[in-house]
Amino acid sequence: MWILLGITAWIAGWALNVWLAGRSASKITALMVPILFGLTLVLVWEALVRGFGISPVILPPPSAIAARAGESGMILWEDFVQTVIKGALSGYVMGCAAAIVTAIVVDRFDFLRRGLLPVGNFVAALPVIGIAPILVMWFGFDWQSKAAVVVVMVFFPMLVNTVEGLRDTSAMQRDLMRTYAAGYWTTLVKLRLPAAMPFIFNGLKLASTLALIGAIVAEFFGSPIKGMGFRISTSVGLLQLDLVWAEIVVAAIAGSAFYGGMALLERAVTFWHPSQRKGR
Amino acid sequence: MRNVIPVLTVVLAIVVLWYGASVQLNKQWALDQAARQDRVLSTAELVADTWSQAKPKLPAPHQVAVELWETVAQKAVTSKRSLVYHAWVTLSATLLGFALGTAFGFLLALGIVYLRVMDMSVMPWVIASQTIPILAVAPMIIVVLNAVGVSGLLPKAMISMYLSFFPVVVGMVKGLRSPSTMQLDQMRTWSATRRQEFLRLRLPSSLPYLFASLKIAMAASLVGAIVGELPTGAVAGLGARLLAGSYYGQTVQIWSALIMAAAVAAAAVGLIGVIQRVTLKRMGLN
Repeated sequence: MWILLGITAWIAGWALNVWLAGRSASKITALMVPILFGLTLVLVWEALVRGFGISPVILPPPSAIAARAGESGMILWEDFVQTVIKGALSGYVMGCAAAIVTAIVVDRFDFLRRGLLPVGNFVAALPVIGIAPILVMWFGFDWQSKAAVVVVMVFFPMLVNTVEGLRDTSAMQRDLMRTYAAGYWTTLVKLRLPAAMPFIFNGLKLASTLALIGAIVAEFFGSPIKGMGFRISTSVGLLQLDLVWAEIVVAAIAGSAFYGGMALLERAVTFWHPSQRKGR
Repeated sequence: MRNVIPVLTVVLAIVVLWYGASVQLNKQWALDQAARQDRVLSTAELVADTWSQAKPKLPAPHQVAVELWETVAQKAVTSKRSLVYHAWVTLSATLLGFALGTAFGFLLALGIVYLRVMDMSVMPWVIASQTIPILAVAPMIIVVLNAVGVSGLLPKAMISMYLSFFPVVVGMVKGLRSPSTMQLDQMRTWSATRRQEFLRLRLPSSLPYLFASLKIAMAASLVGAIVGELPTGAVAGLGARLLAGSYYGQTVQIWSALIMAAAVAAAAVGLIGVIQRVTLKRMGLN
């Protein structure tokens, strides 16, 4: 019965989407289609879990997760503050600020740029997350160690992107600044930093997902008795998978909001860039 | 090649900083020890002590090098104490996940490029799936799959796959759409079928994008495999070495596992780079 319902939901959702996608593109259809797809997935998930009688220890149905999230709102909020606000956000701000300042210094000295950039590129490809146990050892179990992990994780992608962006001015633009008798700092503030903004925001968006991952994974190596990573690893042990999924939903919403906020900020700051203009 | 000197300078500076930092961080313990024995350490003794502690806060580079040499070269490869064995455990999960992720990403990209419905409904969710901190889900995936009876390589590979399919999807969608209208029209004037258009035009022109994505995917799937090893009770693999090291305060072991992970990542990504250069050269693209 439930299985049949799931299959029906799947077919109905898919057919509706095909019909919507076939219509002329507008803002509403562009928004409706992915939402419908997501809704269909949730419906199918609920129906299949009930239909096949899958134990909630393995995969709880969405309704149970929602109920659990409603019940333990306080726990979720506490974990959110501990991990996202204290751990991820503070580390993110420190790491990105440090990286931008370093990038400006590196950009000033060509020798440093040629030396540090390949190293930075190399480090950006490494499993930096592995440094988490060491930093937890150095900075203790509380949020400071999580912020430190986040700083290390976001620093190099941010550095590479910013240095790249600072080089993204044409000789013509720089010559124009020179004819205005602009010095190094004026050129930096009025021309090169604004021109670097698309690259900087690229890095900021990339770093926003890294920051959350860093903060959560660092908690697997030791944390006070709150925090999303802590809750996930202990709840798995207690087989409270509905709570785990509720944490994941919170993490997903926080991550998407973080990323989306950066994207909105980018649109406001780099409104002049071709990729932000409305294609018509 | 003109970058060699600056790079070496930077690396040298890092090593010097590392030695300096290990003196700073390990100083307290050495001083405490000396105070307990009523000795006063001279500067030379202090430095020598900070660079040779058994469980330092930050091991000096040569300590890590010695540990690496002992666990890589002086142990049989099959031994559980050999770092090569652990690296292989991690690498095999990485490669399996990488292969699965690439295949899955490729299929998704095909669907997205050729079916408008998929483009509109799946693409936003592919992007949303990456704003979720996937690694947070890792322990649960492992435990759940274990409960179902799937254990060993596959659960870790699943996490690697989850992390590595995204760059492939994004890169391939971009790459398969990279032929210009003019090129597509040219194919049509030759009355090429869709199959020919795909094989002769879209696929070749997507290769540069594919290689760029593969490098990111490889790095991501190594991270996935390492994190995937954390919750399983840490039996084997580089992630297990990290966890065991952090439980028992074996910092030298943690650092050597980290360096090993870095080497594995560099080798795997470098290998893709070599394949990329050879392939693109033969295609006349580079």
